Amino acid sequence: MYTQAMDTMGKDRDDAPRPHGSPEDAERQVRFDERIDAGEFIEAKDWMPENYRKTLVRQISQHAHSEIVGMLPEGNWISRAPTLKRKAILLAKVQDEAGHGLYLYAAAETLGVSRDQLYEALHSGKAKYSSIFNYPTLSWADMGVIGWLVDGAAIMNQVPLCRCSYAPYARAMVRICREESFHQRQGFEALLTMMTHGTEAQKEMVQDAVNRWWWPSLMMFGPPDSESPNSEQSMRWGIKRISNDDLRQKFVDAIAEQAKILGVSLPDPELRWNEARDHWDFGPIDWREFWQVVGGEGPCNRERLAARVKAWDDGAWVREAALAHADKQAHLREAA
Amino acid sequence: MSPAVTPGTIPGPPAEPMARGREKNEWPLWEVFVRSKAGLDHKHCGSLHAADPQMAIQLARDVYTRRQEGTSVWVVRSDQITASDPGEKASYFDPMEDKVYRHPTFYVLPKSLDHM
Repeated sequence: MYTQAMDTMGKDRDDAPRPHGSPEDAERQVRFDERIDAGEFIEAKDWMPENYRKTLVRQISQHAHSEIVGMLPEGNWISRAPTLKRKAILLAKVQDEAGHGLYLYAAAETLGVSRDQLYEALHSGKAKYSSIFNYPTLSWADMGVIGWLVDGAAIMNQVPLCRCSYAPYARAMVRICREESFHQRQGFEALLTMMTHGTEAQKEMVQDAVNRWWWPSLMMFGPPDSESPNSEQSMRWGIKRISNDDLRQKFVDAIAEQAKILGVSLPDPELRWNEARDHWDFGPIDWREFWQVVGGEGPCNRERLAARVKAWDDGAWVREAALAHADKQAHLREAA
Repeated sequence: MSPAVTPGTIPGPPAEPMARGREKNEWPLWEVFVRSKAGLDHKHCGSLHAADPQMAIQLARDVYTRRQEGTSVWVVRSDQITASDPGEKASYFDPMEDKVYRHPTFYVLPKSLDHM
Protein backbone atom coordinates (compact mmCIF):
# COMPACT_ATOMS: atom_id res chain seq x y z
CA MET A 1 0.00 0.00 0.00
CA TYR A 2 0.40 3.56 -0.13
CA THR A 3 0.27 6.45 2.27
CA GLN A 4 0.86 9.96 1.17
CA ALA A 5 -1.48 12.81 0.59
CA MET A 6 -1.89 12.41 4.33
CA ASP A 7 -0.26 15.69 5.09
CA THR A 8 -1.72 18.03 2.55
CA MET A 9 -0.49 21.31 3.98
CA GLY A 10 -3.66 22.04 5.86
CA LYS A 11 -5.68 22.24 2.67
CA ASP A 12 -8.19 19.68 3.89
CA ARG A 13 -8.00 20.39 7.60
CA ASP A 14 -10.69 21.83 9.81
CA ASP A 15 -9.03 21.17 13.12
CA ALA A 16 -6.52 23.88 13.93
CA PRO A 17 -5.53 23.56 17.59
CA ARG A 18 -8.18 24.90 19.90
CA PRO A 19 -7.93 25.88 23.56
CA HIS A 20 -8.75 23.09 26.01
CA GLY A 21 -12.27 22.76 27.33
CA SER A 22 -12.59 21.88 30.99
CA PRO A 23 -9.86 21.87 33.66
CA GLU A 24 -10.23 18.04 33.69
CA ASP A 25 -9.37 17.99 29.99
CA ALA A 26 -6.29 20.13 30.62
CA GLU A 27 -5.21 17.63 33.25
CA ARG A 28 -5.86 14.69 30.92
CA GLN A 29 -3.91 16.50 28.21
CA VAL A 30 -0.87 16.70 30.48
CA ARG A 31 -1.15 13.01 31.31
CA PHE A 32 -1.59 12.19 27.59
CA ASP A 33 1.54 14.19 26.65
CA GLU A 34 3.50 12.35 29.33
CA ARG A 35 2.41 9.01 27.91
CA ILE A 36 3.43 10.06 24.40
CA ASP A 37 6.81 11.29 25.66
CA ALA A 38 7.34 8.00 27.47
CA GLY A 39 6.76 6.17 24.18
CA GLU A 40 3.57 4.49 25.45
CA PHE A 41 0.88 3.27 23.07
CA ILE A 42 -2.57 4.86 23.12
CA GLU A 43 -5.47 2.40 22.91
CA ALA A 44 -8.94 3.01 21.49
CA LYS A 45 -10.68 3.61 24.81
CA ASP A 46 -7.98 5.84 26.31
CA TRP A 47 -8.59 9.56 26.59
CA MET A 48 -7.05 11.48 23.71
CA PRO A 49 -7.14 15.10 22.53
CA GLU A 50 -9.83 15.76 19.95
CA ASN A 51 -7.26 16.91 17.36
CA TYR A 52 -5.26 13.72 17.83
CA ARG A 53 -8.40 11.70 17.16
CA LYS A 54 -9.32 13.78 14.10
CA THR A 55 -5.82 13.64 12.65
CA LEU A 56 -5.81 9.86 13.01
CA VAL A 57 -9.28 9.41 11.52
CA ARG A 58 -8.20 11.45 8.51
CA GLN A 59 -4.86 9.72 8.07
CA ILE A 60 -6.04 6.15 8.65
CA SER A 61 -9.12 6.55 6.47
CA GLN A 62 -7.09 8.15 3.64
CA HIS A 63 -4.74 5.23 3.97
CA ALA A 64 -7.66 2.76 3.80
CA HIS A 65 -9.20 4.53 0.81
CA SER A 66 -5.81 4.36 -0.94
CA GLU A 67 -5.69 0.59 -0.50
CA ILE A 68 -9.19 0.20 -1.90
CA VAL A 69 -8.80 2.60 -4.85
CA GLY A 70 -5.32 1.10 -5.38
CA MET A 71 -6.97 -2.14 -6.50
CA LEU A 72 -8.38 -0.44 -9.61
CA PRO A 73 -5.21 0.30 -11.64
CA GLU A 74 -3.97 -3.25 -11.06
CA GLY A 75 -7.36 -4.90 -11.48
CA ASN A 76 -7.16 -3.50 -15.00
CA TRP A 77 -4.48 -6.10 -15.84
CA ILE A 78 -5.76 -9.26 -14.13
CA SER A 79 -7.51 -10.54 -17.25
CA ARG A 80 -4.55 -9.55 -19.43
CA ALA A 81 -1.63 -10.95 -17.43
CA PRO A 82 0.84 -12.65 -19.79
CA THR A 83 0.92 -16.03 -17.98
CA LEU A 84 -1.16 -17.97 -15.49
CA LYS A 85 1.61 -17.56 -12.91
CA ARG A 86 1.61 -13.76 -13.26
CA LYS A 87 -2.17 -13.75 -13.11
CA ALA A 88 -2.23 -15.73 -9.85
CA ILE A 89 0.39 -13.39 -8.36
CA LEU A 90 -1.55 -10.29 -9.41
CA LEU A 91 -4.79 -11.70 -8.02
CA ALA A 92 -3.10 -12.40 -4.69
CA LYS A 93 -1.66 -8.91 -4.60
CA VAL A 94 -4.97 -7.21 -5.36
CA GLN A 95 -6.64 -9.38 -2.72
CA ASP A 96 -3.99 -8.22 -0.24
CA GLU A 97 -4.82 -4.59 -1.04
CA ALA A 98 -8.47 -5.30 -0.21
CA GLY A 99 -7.36 -6.92 3.06
CA HIS A 100 -5.14 -3.96 3.91
CA GLY A 101 -8.04 -1.60 3.29
CA LEU A 102 -10.20 -3.65 5.67
CA TYR A 103 -7.57 -3.72 8.47
CA LEU A 104 -7.28 0.05 8.18
CA TYR A 105 -11.02 0.78 8.07
CA ALA A 106 -11.38 -1.32 11.23
CA ALA A 107 -8.58 0.69 12.89
CA ALA A 108 -10.28 3.98 11.90
CA GLU A 109 -13.60 2.74 13.28
CA THR A 110 -12.08 2.34 16.75
CA LEU A 111 -11.90 6.16 16.78
CA GLY A 112 -15.65 6.59 16.65
CA VAL A 113 -16.53 6.81 12.96
CA SER A 114 -18.71 4.24 11.24
CA ARG A 115 -17.73 2.34 8.10
CA ASP A 116 -20.61 3.94 6.22
CA GLN A 117 -19.40 7.41 7.18
CA LEU A 118 -15.93 6.56 5.89
CA TYR A 119 -17.29 5.22 2.58
CA GLU A 120 -19.56 8.23 2.25
CA ALA A 121 -16.55 10.56 2.64
CA LEU A 122 -14.71 8.68 -0.12
CA HIS A 123 -17.65 8.42 -2.49
CA SER A 124 -18.66 12.06 -2.15
CA GLY A 125 -15.10 13.11 -2.99
CA LYS A 126 -14.64 14.69 0.46
CA ALA A 127 -11.91 12.26 1.53
CA LYS A 128 -8.57 12.00 -0.23
CA TYR A 129 -6.59 8.97 -1.28
CA SER A 130 -3.06 8.65 -2.57
CA SER A 131 -2.75 10.66 -5.79
CA ILE A 132 -0.61 7.93 -7.40
CA PHE A 133 -3.75 5.93 -8.24
CA ASN A 134 -5.03 8.67 -10.47
CA TYR A 135 -2.46 7.72 -13.10
CA PRO A 136 -3.37 5.15 -15.78
CA THR A 137 -1.79 1.68 -16.14
CA LEU A 138 -1.00 1.61 -19.85
CA SER A 139 1.13 -1.52 -20.26
CA TRP A 140 1.95 -4.80 -18.52
CA ALA A 141 5.26 -3.28 -17.41
CA ASP A 142 3.23 -0.86 -15.27
CA MET A 143 2.32 -3.82 -13.01
CA GLY A 144 5.99 -4.47 -12.34
CA VAL A 145 6.81 -0.80 -11.86
CA ILE A 146 3.92 -0.30 -9.45
CA GLY A 147 5.31 -3.15 -7.35
CA TRP A 148 8.87 -1.87 -7.50
CA LEU A 149 8.38 1.91 -7.17
CA VAL A 150 4.88 2.50 -5.79
CA ASP A 151 4.91 -0.33 -3.27
CA GLY A 152 8.57 0.44 -2.58
CA ALA A 153 7.66 4.03 -1.69
CA ALA A 154 4.72 2.77 0.36
CA ILE A 155 6.97 0.45 2.37
CA MET A 156 9.36 3.34 3.15
CA ASN A 157 6.37 5.30 4.39
CA GLN A 158 4.76 2.49 6.30
CA VAL A 159 7.58 0.87 8.22
CA PRO A 160 7.87 3.85 10.61
CA LEU A 161 4.07 3.73 11.09
CA CYS A 162 4.45 0.33 12.79
CA ARG A 163 5.69 2.39 15.76
CA CYS A 164 2.85 4.91 15.57
CA SER A 165 1.57 5.96 19.00
CA TYR A 166 -1.99 4.87 18.21
CA ALA A 167 -1.91 1.13 18.86
CA PRO A 168 -4.75 -0.12 16.60
CA TYR A 169 -3.11 1.69 13.65
CA ALA A 170 0.34 0.40 14.57
CA ARG A 171 -0.97 -3.19 14.80
CA ALA A 172 -2.63 -2.90 11.39
CA MET A 173 0.62 -1.56 9.95
CA VAL A 174 2.67 -4.44 11.34
CA ARG A 175 0.36 -6.87 9.58
CA ILE A 176 0.42 -4.85 6.36
CA CYS A 177 4.21 -4.45 6.27
CA ARG A 178 4.65 -8.19 6.74
CA GLU A 179 2.56 -8.78 3.61
CA GLU A 180 3.87 -5.85 1.59
CA SER A 181 7.39 -7.02 0.86
CA PHE A 182 6.03 -9.72 -1.47
CA HIS A 183 4.43 -6.90 -3.47
CA GLN A 184 7.68 -5.11 -4.13
CA ARG A 185 9.70 -8.26 -4.80
CA GLN A 186 7.22 -9.70 -7.29
CA GLY A 187 7.25 -6.37 -9.16
CA PHE A 188 11.01 -6.20 -9.38
CA GLU A 189 11.21 -9.83 -10.44
CA ALA A 190 8.63 -9.30 -13.21
CA LEU A 191 10.69 -6.36 -14.52
CA LEU A 192 13.97 -8.21 -14.19
CA THR A 193 12.55 -11.11 -16.22
CA MET A 194 11.68 -8.74 -19.06
CA MET A 195 15.01 -6.88 -18.87
CA THR A 196 17.00 -10.13 -18.83
CA HIS A 197 15.06 -12.40 -21.19
CA GLY A 198 12.75 -9.98 -22.98
CA THR A 199 12.74 -8.64 -26.53
CA GLU A 200 13.89 -5.11 -27.33
CA ALA A 201 10.27 -4.02 -27.42
CA GLN A 202 9.68 -5.46 -23.93
CA LYS A 203 12.76 -3.68 -22.57
CA GLU A 204 11.51 -0.43 -24.06
CA MET A 205 8.14 -1.04 -22.47
CA VAL A 206 9.82 -1.37 -19.04
CA GLN A 207 11.81 1.85 -19.55
CA ASP A 208 8.67 3.68 -20.66
CA ALA A 209 6.81 2.55 -17.54
CA VAL A 210 9.70 3.66 -15.30
CA ASN A 211 9.73 7.05 -17.04
CA ARG A 212 6.02 7.57 -16.37
CA TRP A 213 5.94 6.38 -12.73
CA TRP A 214 9.19 7.83 -11.38
CA TRP A 215 8.07 11.38 -10.56
CA PRO A 216 4.59 10.46 -9.29
CA SER A 217 6.32 7.91 -6.98
CA LEU A 218 8.51 10.65 -5.51
CA MET A 219 5.37 12.73 -4.90
CA MET A 220 3.94 9.90 -2.77
CA PHE A 221 6.00 11.11 0.17
CA GLY A 222 3.98 14.32 0.26
CA PRO A 223 4.96 18.00 0.09
CA PRO A 224 8.47 19.14 1.07
CA ASP A 225 9.11 19.59 4.80
CA SER A 226 9.29 23.37 4.35
CA GLU A 227 5.65 23.28 3.28
CA SER A 228 4.33 20.75 5.78
CA PRO A 229 3.46 22.79 8.85
CA ASN A 230 1.33 19.99 10.29
CA SER A 231 4.12 17.45 10.21
CA GLU A 232 5.55 18.90 13.40
CA GLN A 233 2.36 18.22 15.35
CA SER A 234 2.16 14.67 13.95
CA MET A 235 5.78 14.13 15.00
CA ARG A 236 4.99 15.48 18.47
CA TRP A 237 2.14 12.98 18.75
CA GLY A 238 4.24 10.06 17.60
CA ILE A 239 1.97 9.54 14.57
CA LYS A 240 4.73 10.48 12.14
CA ARG A 241 8.30 9.42 12.86
CA ILE A 242 10.36 10.47 9.83
CA SER A 243 9.87 13.62 7.72
CA ASN A 244 8.62 13.59 4.10
CA ASP A 245 11.95 14.76 2.67
CA ASP A 246 14.01 12.30 4.70
CA LEU A 247 11.84 9.40 3.53
CA ARG A 248 12.00 10.62 -0.06
CA GLN A 249 15.81 10.77 0.07
CA LYS A 250 15.95 7.29 1.52
CA PHE A 251 13.76 6.07 -1.34
CA VAL A 252 15.86 7.75 -4.05
CA ASP A 253 19.06 6.32 -2.54
CA ALA A 254 17.63 2.79 -2.60
CA ILE A 255 16.02 2.96 -6.03
CA ALA A 256 19.01 4.57 -7.79
CA GLU A 257 21.07 1.51 -6.89
CA GLN A 258 18.32 -0.97 -7.78
CA ALA A 259 17.85 0.68 -11.19
CA LYS A 260 21.45 -0.25 -12.05
CA ILE A 261 20.75 -3.91 -11.30
CA LEU A 262 17.62 -3.76 -13.40
CA GLY A 263 19.40 -1.98 -16.26
CA VAL A 264 17.00 0.95 -16.60
CA SER A 265 17.62 4.68 -16.33
CA LEU A 266 15.63 7.06 -14.15
CA PRO A 267 14.19 10.09 -16.00
CA ASP A 268 16.09 12.77 -14.08
CA PRO A 269 19.15 14.44 -15.70
CA GLU A 270 20.14 15.87 -12.31
CA LEU A 271 20.28 12.49 -10.59
CA ARG A 272 23.86 11.86 -9.43
CA TRP A 273 25.76 10.49 -6.46
CA ASN A 274 26.93 13.20 -4.07
CA GLU A 275 30.03 12.05 -2.25
CA ALA A 276 29.96 14.93 0.24
CA ARG A 277 26.33 14.33 1.27
CA ASP A 278 26.61 10.56 1.03
CA HIS A 279 23.29 10.63 -0.82
CA TRP A 280 21.94 10.78 -4.36
CA ASP A 281 21.06 14.30 -5.53
CA PHE A 282 17.91 14.62 -7.60
CA GLY A 283 16.12 17.32 -9.60
CA PRO A 284 13.14 19.47 -8.57
CA ILE A 285 9.69 17.88 -8.31
CA ASP A 286 6.80 19.46 -10.17
CA TRP A 287 4.56 20.22 -7.19
CA ARG A 288 2.04 21.95 -9.42
CA GLU A 289 1.27 18.56 -10.96
CA PHE A 290 0.95 17.03 -7.48
CA TRP A 291 -1.58 19.61 -6.29
CA GLN A 292 -3.46 19.33 -9.55
CA VAL A 293 -3.88 15.57 -9.09
CA VAL A 294 -4.72 15.90 -5.38
CA GLY A 295 -7.25 18.57 -6.35
CA GLY A 296 -9.09 16.17 -8.66
CA GLU A 297 -7.52 17.03 -12.01
CA GLY A 298 -5.28 13.99 -12.51
CA PRO A 299 -5.59 11.74 -15.59
CA CYS A 300 -7.96 9.23 -13.90
CA ASN A 301 -9.54 10.91 -10.84
CA ARG A 302 -13.08 10.83 -12.17
CA GLU A 303 -12.79 7.31 -13.56
CA ARG A 304 -11.45 5.89 -10.27
CA LEU A 305 -14.12 7.47 -8.11
CA ALA A 306 -16.88 6.53 -10.54
CA ALA A 307 -15.71 2.89 -10.46
CA ARG A 308 -15.81 2.87 -6.63
CA VAL A 309 -19.25 4.47 -6.46
CA LYS A 310 -20.62 2.07 -9.07
CA ALA A 311 -19.27 -0.96 -7.20
CA TRP A 312 -20.84 0.32 -3.97
CA ASP A 313 -24.19 1.08 -5.58
CA ASP A 314 -24.30 -2.19 -7.53
CA GLY A 315 -23.66 -4.08 -4.28
CA ALA A 316 -26.50 -2.41 -2.38
CA TRP A 317 -29.00 -5.21 -3.03
CA VAL A 318 -26.48 -7.83 -1.85
CA ARG A 319 -25.89 -5.99 1.43
CA GLU A 320 -29.63 -5.62 1.99
CA ALA A 321 -30.38 -9.24 1.09
CA ALA A 322 -27.67 -10.53 3.45
CA LEU A 323 -29.13 -8.50 6.32
CA ALA A 324 -32.68 -9.63 5.51
CA HIS A 325 -31.48 -13.25 5.46
CA ALA A 326 -29.69 -12.80 8.80
CA ASP A 327 -32.80 -11.27 10.38
CA LYS A 328 -34.99 -14.08 9.05
CA GLN A 329 -32.62 -16.75 10.39
CA ALA A 330 -32.51 -15.00 13.78
CA HIS A 331 -36.32 -14.98 13.97
CA LEU A 332 -36.51 -18.66 12.99
CA ARG A 333 -34.04 -19.52 15.77
CA GLU A 334 -36.11 -17.55 18.28
CA ALA A 335 -39.32 -19.25 17.18
CA ALA A 336 -37.78 -22.73 17.41
CA MET B 1 -21.83 -5.13 37.68
CA SER B 2 -18.77 -3.28 38.90
CA PRO B 3 -18.58 0.38 37.90
CA ALA B 4 -15.21 -0.40 36.35
CA VAL B 5 -17.01 -2.33 33.65
CA THR B 6 -18.61 -0.87 30.55
CA PRO B 7 -20.54 -3.34 28.43
CA GLY B 8 -20.10 -3.76 24.70
CA THR B 9 -17.22 -1.37 24.29
CA ILE B 10 -14.42 -3.28 22.63
CA PRO B 11 -12.88 -2.00 20.51
CA GLY B 12 -15.25 0.76 19.49
CA PRO B 13 -15.48 4.35 20.64
CA PRO B 14 -17.18 5.39 23.88
CA ALA B 15 -20.75 4.09 24.02
CA GLU B 16 -21.13 3.38 20.33
CA PRO B 17 -24.35 1.38 20.22
CA MET B 18 -24.54 -1.30 17.54
CA ALA B 19 -28.15 -0.31 16.94
CA ARG B 20 -26.95 2.84 15.25
CA GLY B 21 -25.22 0.79 12.60
CA ARG B 22 -28.31 -1.33 12.07
CA GLU B 23 -30.54 1.68 11.57
CA LYS B 24 -28.29 2.70 8.71
CA ASN B 25 -28.26 -0.86 7.36
CA GLU B 26 -24.62 -1.34 8.24
CA TRP B 27 -23.58 -4.95 8.81
CA PRO B 28 -22.71 -5.51 12.49
CA LEU B 29 -19.11 -5.55 13.71
CA TRP B 30 -17.41 -8.80 14.77
CA GLU B 31 -14.17 -9.46 16.62
CA VAL B 32 -11.96 -12.16 15.13
CA PHE B 33 -9.83 -14.60 17.13
CA VAL B 34 -7.37 -16.92 15.38
CA ARG B 35 -5.57 -20.03 16.65
CA SER B 36 -2.31 -20.03 14.71
CA LYS B 37 -1.57 -23.70 15.37
CA ALA B 38 -2.81 -26.57 17.48
CA GLY B 39 -1.76 -26.21 21.09
CA LEU B 40 -1.91 -22.41 21.17
CA ASP B 41 -4.64 -20.04 22.38
CA HIS B 42 -6.99 -18.23 20.07
CA LYS B 43 -5.68 -14.69 19.87
CA HIS B 44 -7.55 -11.49 18.97
CA CYS B 45 -6.37 -10.35 15.56
CA GLY B 46 -8.87 -7.75 14.34
CA SER B 47 -12.45 -7.03 13.44
CA LEU B 48 -14.75 -7.01 10.42
CA HIS B 49 -18.34 -6.37 9.36
CA ALA B 50 -20.60 -9.28 8.42
CA ALA B 51 -24.35 -9.88 8.22
CA ASP B 52 -24.39 -13.16 10.17
CA PRO B 53 -22.08 -15.65 11.95
CA GLN B 54 -21.47 -17.83 8.89
CA MET B 55 -20.46 -14.85 6.80
CA ALA B 56 -18.26 -13.54 9.62
CA ILE B 57 -16.35 -16.84 9.75
CA GLN B 58 -15.89 -16.92 5.99
CA LEU B 59 -14.73 -13.31 5.79
CA ALA B 60 -12.42 -13.85 8.77
CA ARG B 61 -10.71 -16.61 6.80
CA ASP B 62 -10.30 -14.38 3.73
CA VAL B 63 -9.22 -11.26 5.62
CA TYR B 64 -7.03 -12.68 8.38
CA THR B 65 -5.62 -16.04 7.21
CA ARG B 66 -4.48 -15.54 3.62
CA ARG B 67 -1.03 -16.95 4.46
CA GLN B 68 -1.82 -19.94 6.65
CA GLU B 69 -1.95 -17.82 9.81
CA GLY B 70 -4.65 -19.99 11.32
CA THR B 71 -6.01 -23.45 11.96
CA SER B 72 -9.17 -22.27 13.74
CA VAL B 73 -11.19 -19.05 13.86
CA TRP B 74 -13.67 -17.65 16.39
CA VAL B 75 -15.91 -14.68 15.73
CA VAL B 76 -17.85 -12.78 18.40
CA ARG B 77 -20.26 -9.89 17.92
CA SER B 78 -18.40 -6.81 19.21
CA ASP B 79 -21.47 -5.63 21.12
CA GLN B 80 -21.45 -8.90 23.06
CA ILE B 81 -18.05 -8.23 24.63
CA THR B 82 -17.79 -6.66 28.06
CA ALA B 83 -14.56 -4.83 28.80
CA SER B 84 -12.90 -3.25 31.79
CA ASP B 85 -12.88 0.54 31.77
CA PRO B 86 -9.46 1.96 30.80
CA GLY B 87 -10.26 5.04 32.91
CA GLU B 88 -10.29 2.76 35.96
CA LYS B 89 -7.11 0.96 34.97
CA ALA B 90 -5.08 2.20 37.93
CA SER B 91 -7.61 1.45 40.66
CA TYR B 92 -8.47 -1.85 39.04
CA PHE B 93 -5.05 -3.36 38.39
CA ASP B 94 -2.58 -1.48 40.58
CA PRO B 95 -3.58 -3.23 43.85
CA MET B 96 -1.62 -6.25 42.56
CA GLU B 97 1.54 -4.18 42.43
CA ASP B 98 2.46 -4.58 46.13
CA LYS B 99 1.67 -8.30 46.35
CA VAL B 100 5.15 -9.43 45.51
CA TYR B 101 4.65 -12.53 47.70
CA ARG B 102 2.54 -13.96 44.86
CA HIS B 103 5.70 -14.46 42.82
CA PRO B 104 8.14 -17.33 43.36
CA THR B 105 11.12 -14.95 43.32
CA PHE B 106 9.88 -13.39 46.59
CA TYR B 107 11.13 -16.45 48.49
CA VAL B 108 14.87 -16.68 49.08
CA LEU B 109 15.89 -20.30 49.48
CA PRO B 110 19.28 -22.02 49.91
CA LYS B 111 21.29 -22.29 46.69
CA SER B 112 20.88 -26.06 46.64
CA LEU B 113 17.12 -25.55 46.25
CA ASP B 114 17.32 -22.93 43.48
CA HIS B 115 15.34 -24.99 41.03
CA MET B 116 12.32 -25.45 43.30
